[in-house]
Amino acid sequence: MIKLEVRKNAYYDSVTLMLISKDIKKLEGVEEALVGMGTELNREIARNIGLETPGFEDVTANDFFVAVKCKDEDVFKSAAARVEELLSRKEESRCAAYYPSTLDGALKIEPDINMAVISVPGKFAAEVAQSCLEKDINVMLFSDNVSVSEEKALKEFAAERGLLMMGPDCGTAIINNVPLAFANVVKSGDIGMVCASGTGAQEVSCVIDRLGAGISQLIGTGGRDLKPEIGGVMMKTGLDALAADPKTKVIVLVSKPPSEEVAAKILMRAGSAGKPVVVCFIGGDPGIIKSFGLHAAVSLEDAAYKAVALSKGSKPDDFLGFTMGLEKAQALAKEEAFGMAGGQRYVRGLFTGGTLCDEAMKLLIGDLKHIYSNIPLKIEDKIENAKSCKGVCHTFLDFGDDEFTVGRPHPMIDPSLRAERVILEGNDPTVAVIMADCVIGYGSHENPAEELSNAIRAAKTNAAKAGRYLSVVASVCGTEDDPQCLSASRLQLANAGAVVLPSNAQAARFVKLILDNLK
Amino acid sequence: MSKVNELFGKKLAIVNFGIESFYRDLSRQNQSAVHVDWKPAAGGNKAAAEMLRKLREPSIAKKIDAANKEALKRILAAKPVLIGLSTAGEAIPGMTKTTVLHAGPPVTWERMCGPVRGAVMGGLVYEGLAKDIAEAEELAASGKITFDPCHHHNTVGPMAGVVTYSMPVWHIVNKTFGNDAFCTLNEGLGKVLRFGACDEGVYSRLRWMKNVLYPVLKEAMQIKGEIDLKVMIAQALQMGDEVHNRNKAATSLFIREIFPAVMKCSRSDEDKIAALEFINGNDHTFLNLSMPAAKCTMDPVFDIPYSTVLATMSRNGTDFGIRVAGLGPDKWFTAPAEIVDGLYFPGYSDKDANPDLGDSCITETAGIGGFCMAASPAIVQFVGGKVQDAIRYSTEMYEITVGEGNAYKIPALNFRGSATAVDILRVVETGIRPIINTGIAHKDYGVGQVGAGIVRPPLNCFLQALYECSNRWA
Repeated sequence: MIKLEVRKNAYYDSVTLMLISKDIKKLEGVEEALVGMGTELNREIARNIGLETPGFEDVTANDFFVAVKCKDEDVFKSAAARVEELLSRKEESRCAAYYPSTLDGALKIEPDINMAVISVPGKFAAEVAQSCLEKDINVMLFSDNVSVSEEKALKEFAAERGLLMMGPDCGTAIINNVPLAFANVVKSGDIGMVCASGTGAQEVSCVIDRLGAGISQLIGTGGRDLKPEIGGVMMKTGLDALAADPKTKVIVLVSKPPSEEVAAKILMRAGSAGKPVVVCFIGGDPGIIKSFGLHAAVSLEDAAYKAVALSKGSKPDDFLGFTMGLEKAQALAKEEAFGMAGGQRYVRGLFTGGTLCDEAMKLLIGDLKHIYSNIPLKIEDKIENAKSCKGVCHTFLDFGDDEFTVGRPHPMIDPSLRAERVILEGNDPTVAVIMADCVIGYGSHENPAEELSNAIRAAKTNAAKAGRYLSVVASVCGTEDDPQCLSASRLQLANAGAVVLPSNAQAARFVKLILDNLK
Repeated sequence: MSKVNELFGKKLAIVNFGIESFYRDLSRQNQSAVHVDWKPAAGGNKAAAEMLRKLREPSIAKKIDAANKEALKRILAAKPVLIGLSTAGEAIPGMTKTTVLHAGPPVTWERMCGPVRGAVMGGLVYEGLAKDIAEAEELAASGKITFDPCHHHNTVGPMAGVVTYSMPVWHIVNKTFGNDAFCTLNEGLGKVLRFGACDEGVYSRLRWMKNVLYPVLKEAMQIKGEIDLKVMIAQALQMGDEVHNRNKAATSLFIREIFPAVMKCSRSDEDKIAALEFINGNDHTFLNLSMPAAKCTMDPVFDIPYSTVLATMSRNGTDFGIRVAGLGPDKWFTAPAEIVDGLYFPGYSDKDANPDLGDSCITETAGIGGFCMAASPAIVQFVGGKVQDAIRYSTEMYEITVGEGNAYKIPALNFRGSATAVDILRVVETGIRPIINTGIAHKDYGVGQVGAGIVRPPLNCFLQALYECSNRWA
């Protein structure tokens, strides 16, 4: 049978129609097909290929027609439906140079969006996050300066919908092995993490990677999640998800010590996860953690060691030493202290990662008693105007703190302020050691080790000219697969004369060994 | 299984707002990611952002959404057809012998810009209401002349848009809704009334158009019956026109359609040849058809309460004015017209330019013109850009429209329908203003066109409209 469908005054361009004709001819049960405008030429072609049928005489050049020679009515119906489908197909034009301005625009380009990374200015961040959650899109909110009430509302809304609401102030996450914002390229594995701290999460995940294990998911919560006002909403969601995740065998929780009330709630939940849980409340009381039947970590590195041990089914021991062994470390520390001048007594810690700064201070405070800082452990050690004043005695600075980041990027992106400070503090004749971190991975500066190395060289040269030996102790937070590469970064720092330790915790302990030599 | 655990099993597709390097990192890893060129809602205008927020509350948003879908439906369903020619006095409702219609929102004689004043005076002389320009100026200021926007009379006019009683007009009907639209015949380029020229050359051309061109075309259209302008515009878009600043293909298509009917009509061969030569010699002949086609496409959206779809954009050379579907045809939102960013003819610069002028941006309002710039690479060169710019302009418009065209398709965007039905809320939200291709008139009457370029309406028009929507509905 020959069937004809005519649409009066509908225009489509001939190339499109030729392609459609070709497509329709391939359908089962179709012998011949022509889809076209009713031009003289097309009508002649139709006649020539045997599609002439009553009704054709009224078709004009402004009309669109579908003529099909086919087995039966049903075949024609499906052919007509296919024509409609092909005509109305929306060809999204992906133009590399074009960035949409709105979420709706982005969804037109990629309708399956399921994760939003948001780093807009804080006062607008909650609104953007909310609009994503409303479309069932999980959120990683990097922005800070979001109010506690906004955070609470966002997290509660997300929890109701079963979505991730990571942040505000969440810098690190690895979801489905994709590093988001500041994160490292770690191996895929069976250790799941929920972290209230960005660089803390990076340090633990990188050490896990170096120990040969891997990460299933790394969920960020933002630094305030465990404050009583928020109550750990996101950490609970993350814990539950990892508990239910078949790929996760061991769970690691990382946070600064929370309030007792929130800690109890979280630890209770962790205790019933049905999987081994390592908890690193940086500098917190291990007793409470153990009382819930969980594994307490003494440092970020230790958390990684314990998680890897548990993942391998072995017994987790506290890791308090040096990868190179204590004896070798002691010898090396002695060597570092050897050429120092009489007045050199103090350490200056200069950090781009806030949690690494905090951890180092906590590991050293027992020996040093007072560490002056813009993020002090004791309120009386608080430094005001950290940006403009010089360090005194033992001083540790977090360059990621608000004072340093007003109007400029985070030091992990732009480490130049910290590099300048390495030179400045190195000139202080009372300084024996400079401790520094170097965080690589996605999000970070393309080669932070280079910037730091140059500063180290300059500082060491200045000290030598003044008859001093300046020791620099550093660690690199990263992996071999990071774009900047762990070993390449370490090598640059070592070549500049820094002692490079495998972790922040070991670097802190090594600083203590040097200072012990100066007593 | 919780949604988070579902996510663990899926491929991540990421949207990035803010720091662009996060997006670049994801792209480097071949992750599916889209970067949003984010700007604060309403450009950080807190009052506007608050109004938007209220209008986005589900109870109101639902109504607005449904109304805008209805507006889009009507725009897409429009079927503009040229049915013939008439004179303004015979055909345009409310037209009197002392009425002068002009482009744009309402404006008094005192506030009219140079080219519009020139065209008004020229029109009065042409009608025989004044014997010369001096008398025309006096008459125009006397209060005896009724000035009114073309838009209030189912009419549109390019540039000054001056329409007087005896001028011939195209008569277009939107067959789906039965509404009319009218537009004068295009005079060509150079010293012409629509750019404010008013001298003997202009009058004699207008008289020739009335006495020779009009009778030929009128009779030819009686023989031809009607011409479907939607189909013709759709074809012209595939042939390199955007039917606002470039009408070469559409004019050619039109001549092809009308030619046999012209040959058949009863006028003298001399007149027929002169008429055909005139329209053939003027690439903008079709502009005066694409404009009323767009006009009658847009007018049916006015009685849709809650619709925030842009129904009119128009300029009188002093003010830029917009109207909004749900706020009715009587409510204009105006702000001072801006200087066009464009390419100037040799010897002229933006110092010579009159602020933005004319009803022709009705084409953009209907989703053609600048919105189809990607279909018209030749135009991009004219306005000093690259083909990629044209694609970007057209693509950007999808951010602020409710939908996409069903007939007007853009080859360079893989035949994607052009961005159609601008939502004023999205304009304020994104800060993306509609893109308009336009000609530039000299600020003094009588000089004519001095360039062409790209312009966008003042955001202030949209802010006022938002305020009104918020007042009425939120």
